[in-house]
Amino acid sequence: MPSLGADMDAGRLLEWYVKPGDPVKRGDIVALVDTDKAAIEVEIFEDGVVGELLVPPGEKVPVGTVLATVLPPGSVVEAAPADGGASFEAAAATPPSYQPPPQAVPTPPLTAAAAPAASSEAAATAAALGERPMATPAARSHARALGIDLGAVTGTGRHGVITCQDVDAAARATEAAVATEAGAATDAGAATEAGAAAEAPTAKAPAVPGPPPAPAPHAPAALGPAATATVHTHVRASPLARRLAAELGVELTSMAGTGPGGAVTQEDVREATTREKAAPPRAAAAAAAPTTPAGAATAARPEDARYAAMRRAIAAAMSKSKREIPHYYLSLPVDMTQPLAWLEEANLQRAVTERILPAVLVLKATALAARDVPDVNGFYLENGFQPSEAVHLGVGISLRQGGLIAPAIHDADRKDLDALMADLRDLVKRTRNLQLRSSELSDATMTTTNLGDQGVESVYGIIYPPQVALVGYGRILERPWAENGMLAVRKQMLITLAGDHRASDGHRGGLFLSAIERHLQHPEEL
Amino acid sequence: MKAPIASESEMRDLVVELLSHVAPETDANGIDPDVSIQDQLDIDSIDFLNFIMAVHEKTGIDVPERDYTKVATLNDCVRYLAGKAG
Repeated sequence: MPSLGADMDAGRLLEWYVKPGDPVKRGDIVALVDTDKAAIEVEIFEDGVVGELLVPPGEKVPVGTVLATVLPPGSVVEAAPADGGASFEAAAATPPSYQPPPQAVPTPPLTAAAAPAASSEAAATAAALGERPMATPAARSHARALGIDLGAVTGTGRHGVITCQDVDAAARATEAAVATEAGAATDAGAATEAGAAAEAPTAKAPAVPGPPPAPAPHAPAALGPAATATVHTHVRASPLARRLAAELGVELTSMAGTGPGGAVTQEDVREATTREKAAPPRAAAAAAAPTTPAGAATAARPEDARYAAMRRAIAAAMSKSKREIPHYYLSLPVDMTQPLAWLEEANLQRAVTERILPAVLVLKATALAARDVPDVNGFYLENGFQPSEAVHLGVGISLRQGGLIAPAIHDADRKDLDALMADLRDLVKRTRNLQLRSSELSDATMTTTNLGDQGVESVYGIIYPPQVALVGYGRILERPWAENGMLAVRKQMLITLAGDHRASDGHRGGLFLSAIERHLQHPEEL
Repeated sequence: MKAPIASESEMRDLVVELLSHVAPETDANGIDPDVSIQDQLDIDSIDFLNFIMAVHEKTGIDVPERDYTKVATLNDCVRYLAGKAG
């Protein structure tokens, strides 16, 4: 289960798009996973052949759980269907054995599934089972140094062997999960105590948020399924519902619509599918984990529950950021008169479908500036700041029903304005439809937010960990502008930077903002 | 160019329909016709461009950027488009 953002600690596998024996290429979409924020298409990260699917549809598993094994390209998978089926059944019959600890102490990694490993992929399966996982010696010592439990690490080496890279990836995921998990563990602990004090700890325990999560700097991967909401629902436009229904093989006619005018929403489809396909595991999980405090959330309206889950996810990531990242803030008013005039002229020559928004100019200038001043582009991890060669610009996109998602435009520095515009349109559309891909949610190297459309003059953002910078754009306003001893009225935009002082200093941050301004003054080169 | 829009009321129906496509979570039918569409439906510049593109697709009318202020409210928008169509 990949970490699809700093605010994710678990995900529910909705659907496999591949089966054992299927050849796969890096970047192929292999599964659909539901997070607190959206249903995400998960891409595979290497070429090969699907070995075994270890997590059945409908199951919610913590970040770091092995979802499937991938064999080297050209491998032949034997008797896969029977194996796969058997292990799914076993997994379904054996719910996670995780129990919330009475206090918020580090917990062992989740025993994801107690299915006996019958196939040749025993090693990789064993990793998921919490037995001694296969790892390179270097990875083993690296994991020890970082406090990462190998049992929770997904191996991507040959035959699922865990490599140093995997440990790094897990470290990032854990780093991200710890904040959420600390909160969740607190919740779980509180619920358990409440249950002990009162009566049987049933799933009806109120979803009272615990106190603000305490910093948990070096807790090992406590990736239990603890108190995350059993939320799997949200509203969608009906075309999407239709698409999902087709994909999942559910009859739209068999469900009652809860959308506007009684339309069947994607939520309805999801609801029906979950009932149909995943009833046994869910029932078992519910029986095994009666203290899940957020279980009460299922009683609320689905869109409310989805929104509540998203708020919790945002709360966890932003609290972590403010707790750990020493922010510094800079702002620079940029004269947009000339770039906008250039753009208006360019758009006149274009068909309405090819028009480019000012936001795209600004994004491109920002991406180029990130290349000029790499101190603000990358991740801050246990071993310090890791600049990124690639510039994947996260774009904060608000959802009209509330909440926020910041998926990435990949390689924004290398795309021309047309490609960026197409990407932005596509990303906004898919975000609003809650239809994103895993890489878009996990690998932004820097995030941007544009509140100009709301009339806001400036925005000083909170960095999305483990990133080290957040760039904010305000509204473009006409302002008196003095230059060369003359006063004129110019169109001005306030660009701001929230920088991580561990990774860069104000001086470098200032250079970065100046670089954005410089690039914007040469729109024809963007 | 698609079928010509005969009347302002037809144009109004079309605009409302296109807006409800752009912002499906909102009730485009219920908007105040004299208040900014963007403010009422909480649509951003991308949504607005999608709306302008949908208008173009359905009516063949191209609203240049400099005329965006003339289509800011429902009444203005209907008047502007009906004028262009007629």
